[in-house]
Formats: sequence, C-alpha cells, structure tokens
Amino acid sequence: MEHVDGNVLAGPLAEFFSFDVTMATGRCVGCGTVAELARAMVYRSGAGTVVRCSTCDNVLATLVEADDRAWIGLRGVTAIEVRRTPTGG
Amino acid sequence: MSDAPTAQAVAPSAALQAVPRSGWHVATVAATHRETPNATRIELDVPGWPGNAAGQHLDVRLTAPDGYQATRSYSIASSGSSTRVVLAVDKLPDGEVSPYLVDDVRDGDMLEVHGPLGAFFVWAPAAETGDRRPVQLIAGGSGVVPLYAMAHAHAGADDPTPFRLLYSVRTPDDVYFDDELGTLADSAAPLRLDFVYTRRTPDGWATAPGRITREALEAAVFPASERPRVFVCGSTGFVELVADWLVMLGHDPRSIRTERYGGT
Amino acid sequence: MSFITRGFSGRSRERDDRLPPGQTLVGDFPVLSAGPTPEVDTEDWEFTIRTETGAHSWNWDEFMALKIEDVDTDIHCVTHWSKLGTRWRGVSLDTLFEDVETEYDYVMAHSYGGYTTNVPLDELLDGKSWVAFEFDGEPLDPEHGGPARLLVPHLYFWKSAKWVRGLVMMDQDEPGFWEQNGYHIHGDPWKEERYW
Repeated sequence: MEHVDGNVLAGPLAEFFSFDVTMATGRCVGCGTVAELARAMVYRSGAGTVVRCSTCDNVLATLVEADDRAWIGLRGVTAIEVRRTPTGG
Repeated sequence: MSDAPTAQAVAPSAALQAVPRSGWHVATVAATHRETPNATRIELDVPGWPGNAAGQHLDVRLTAPDGYQATRSYSIASSGSSTRVVLAVDKLPDGEVSPYLVDDVRDGDMLEVHGPLGAFFVWAPAAETGDRRPVQLIAGGSGVVPLYAMAHAHAGADDPTPFRLLYSVRTPDDVYFDDELGTLADSAAPLRLDFVYTRRTPDGWATAPGRITREALEAAVFPASERPRVFVCGSTGFVELVADWLVMLGHDPRSIRTERYGGT
Repeated sequence: MSFITRGFSGRSRERDDRLPPGQTLVGDFPVLSAGPTPEVDTEDWEFTIRTETGAHSWNWDEFMALKIEDVDTDIHCVTHWSKLGTRWRGVSLDTLFEDVETEYDYVMAHSYGGYTTNVPLDELLDGKSWVAFEFDGEPLDPEHGGPARLLVPHLYFWKSAKWVRGLVMMDQDEPGFWEQNGYHIHGDPWKEERYW
C-alpha cells in the first residue's frame, strides 16, 4: 500500500484534540522544515501509523490505536503550533 | 541536521477559515446513483450535520456482525449548511469497504460517519477569505470529488475568482458529475474545464489517449506568474508527479495543496 | 454506539483453535510499511552483530555460505491477523551467534531505514529465530523486507524486523521503535502482550 498524506489523520486524531490537527504545524527535528501536518507523508503500517517529514523522511509522529485507547508519539517534532481558529457553524 | 533557517511552509497570508466542529453522526442513505461503471454517488441524510466547507471529507465506519470494524475516508462532493451530504465512491479492485458502498448499499441503509474533517484542503469564496488569486484544480480520477465541491461552491456563490479544472480520466465514461460540470462551466462564475483521457478519448478528439504530460499540464494550468492557488487530488502517484511538475514550472510549493488517495 | 451495518462482512476472517487469543486467519499477506522501502542491493548488504567487545560482519556472499534452513511456521500480527504454515529460508541466529561472545542478554535489531526492535537474546537462540531471505520459494521482495529480514515467529510480527542490517547487544532491555510508541516490550501473542 502506498503512502498518503496528513489529511487522513483528521478523523483518527479528532478524538484527542479539540482543533483540526491537520492544520497544526511542527518543526522536523531531522531537517528543520516547518509544515502543516496535512503536508506530511503518512504510512499506515501493520503495527500503526507513521507520519514522516515530506522533506527528509524523518519520523515526525506515530499513532497506535487499540479499542479502548491510543498512543500518540511526537518523537520527531520539537513543538506543534496551533492557530487560534474560530469553530462553530 | 542543518542549522540554516528554513522557509516557513505556511504562507503568511493564508486566511484562517472557520470549519464546523467534527463529530460522529448516523447517516441514512437517501439516494444512490451509478456515477460511472466503477463508482456510485451516494446522497446521505445526516440529521445534526453542522454543514461543511468545500473540500472536506468524512470517515465512514462499517461494523460486521462479529464486531469487526473498518473505517475509510471519503471526500464530500457537497458543501454548505445542508444536512444532505453527497459522496461519490470509487470501487477499488481489492477493496474491503468500497465494493460494499458502490454495489451493495441501498436507500434506507444507515452508516456511521465522522465529520466534517479537514481544514487544509478547503476552498471558500473570496468574500469570506479575501483571497482573490486564481484557483487551479487538478484531478486524477476519483480525486475530482473535493474539487467538484469547490467548483460547485464557487458557482453557488457567484464568486468572480478565475477557476480552472484539469481533470484526468481513463475514458469519457469515467467522468464524475459530467452533466453538472458542464453546467458549472456555463455559469457566471468563471470555470475553464480541460480533460486528459488516458485510455480512450471521445470521438473526434484531437489527441491520442495517454497519461498526462508535463507539456499538457503547462498548457492547461494558470501560468506561475499569475500565482494561482493550486489543489491537486488523486492517487499518490498522480499527485506527486503533478506537484513536482508544478514546482518545476515555477509554482510556489506553499501555494500547492495536495490530497492523496490510497489504500483499500 | 456503533451498530451492525446491514450487509457488511469485510474481508474473510476465520477463527481457528490453533491461533493465539484474539487472532483470525487471513488469506493474503498484506504489504504494510512504516516508511519508504529501502533499496538495498545485495552487493552492498551487510549484517553485523555488535557486542560489548567487537563486531562480527557478513557480506551477502559470506552470509549465503552459512548453513541455510527451511522454516515452516505460523506468524501473528498484533493487528489480529495470523497466517499458518508460512514457508521461509534463512540462517538461524544460532548459526550467526556460534562464534559470538557476549555477556549481555538483550538485543536491539536495527534495519536499513532506521527501524529498531528489541528482543532478549535467549528468545533469538535455540531455534527460535532466523535471518530470512526467501519467502514462499522466492527471494524476499523489498516490500516484504528483502533482501533479508529478521524472523522471530513466536513473538508478534512487528519483532520480525524488515530490512534487518544488524544486532547490537545490550546489557538491559531497551524499547525499540514500536515499543517506545505503545507496544509491549516483549510481545508474546499467547499472552496477548500487545500494548504497554
């Protein structure tokens, strides 16, 4: 299965963040690139989801999902930036 | 690891768009329509749906009798405040969910949906965002769905932004929203439509069928000098090929937004 | 609350008494990756065991000259699918460790591309693991971990590191990639050691 991009993470991560996480930006510890999560490469491996920097392939984040819990690893970003965006329709 | 400062990938002038909060909803199939030999348009009634922006997607979760669940993402073809939500699903050869949605789903069936999702791959009228740059849409096959939503919203708002849609399909039978696209191209909101046919062209077509080329891309899209916002959607291979060419043609990578479809 | 979707059953899933708890049989062997597939030519391939005192390396030709075994085994993925009777060819870790001296009891496996996973040494020896280069009678495809992958079938399959390039001895057990990110440090399917 080929990789996709960070847009697919909007659903799985909505449970854990109250904002749209695909718009959050982070700085890759591998190459310093700052980009929205939606621009990252997403690999859905057997064990879990791996999010990689689209510039240098360094692992930015991982997501493991079980029935009753999930693990979000942020090993490859130094911090994430979230803009204050109004929500509500 | 380099210490050199790197360019921000987020365009500083990008307007923030309000998108409704996502949630789980029970959707009822209101209508289905065979869109192409391989795809079905599904209209869903979703009570409580907060509306969605053009380009957003939702996740559909199916549950088997033994409790096994499968979840897949589908772009939404409609936009606005309506609780009638339209999908157009492509059947993947080895798919686990798409054959069910394309071939088996019936009026009255209930589906769990999670959405609306995604604020990145979204377009809103200039009146809302203040962004008046031309918009280039590039679709590979079923990737047209969110781009159709954008073109439809553009027409519905009588938005004056120049729009172009470059749509790559296998054959004329594989065009999604064929009639609707024709209507949009004739509407007041400017939309130019270009097709690339990869396997079979319509009768009398000037060129032989074939995959999109860099030359065909350059001929069809707004020149880089017009600084268009570009949205590319389709398979990973298609999206990355096209995005690489756009950068070679001088488009700013920060002005290109992509959505890759993949998997079964 | 979820409800059953009319008419949906998903891919074929069979239960079987030979399976560990929570597992079902599947037909095909899905190709799922955590990253881009490393392209490693056998001309450049090396396998190294690094101990507290030194290192032992084999290039592809040296590796192929070792005793090769046929392996017929069941594999169990942590995401609940299992395959029975998979056929491999590879070099046993017993063969590779024949001349290796170490006081350390734990191993970190390293792969081309950066993946890591940890296994206690005594769970690699005594016929429990191989470095495999053939699957189902064919050379191991890069998508499935070729030229060679670690094969530790008695543990969940994430421990069978694709694109393996070497082992590093450790005096303490340390978590590898998935073990740092939610998975159980040991991973025994018969005890359902899936997560932290």
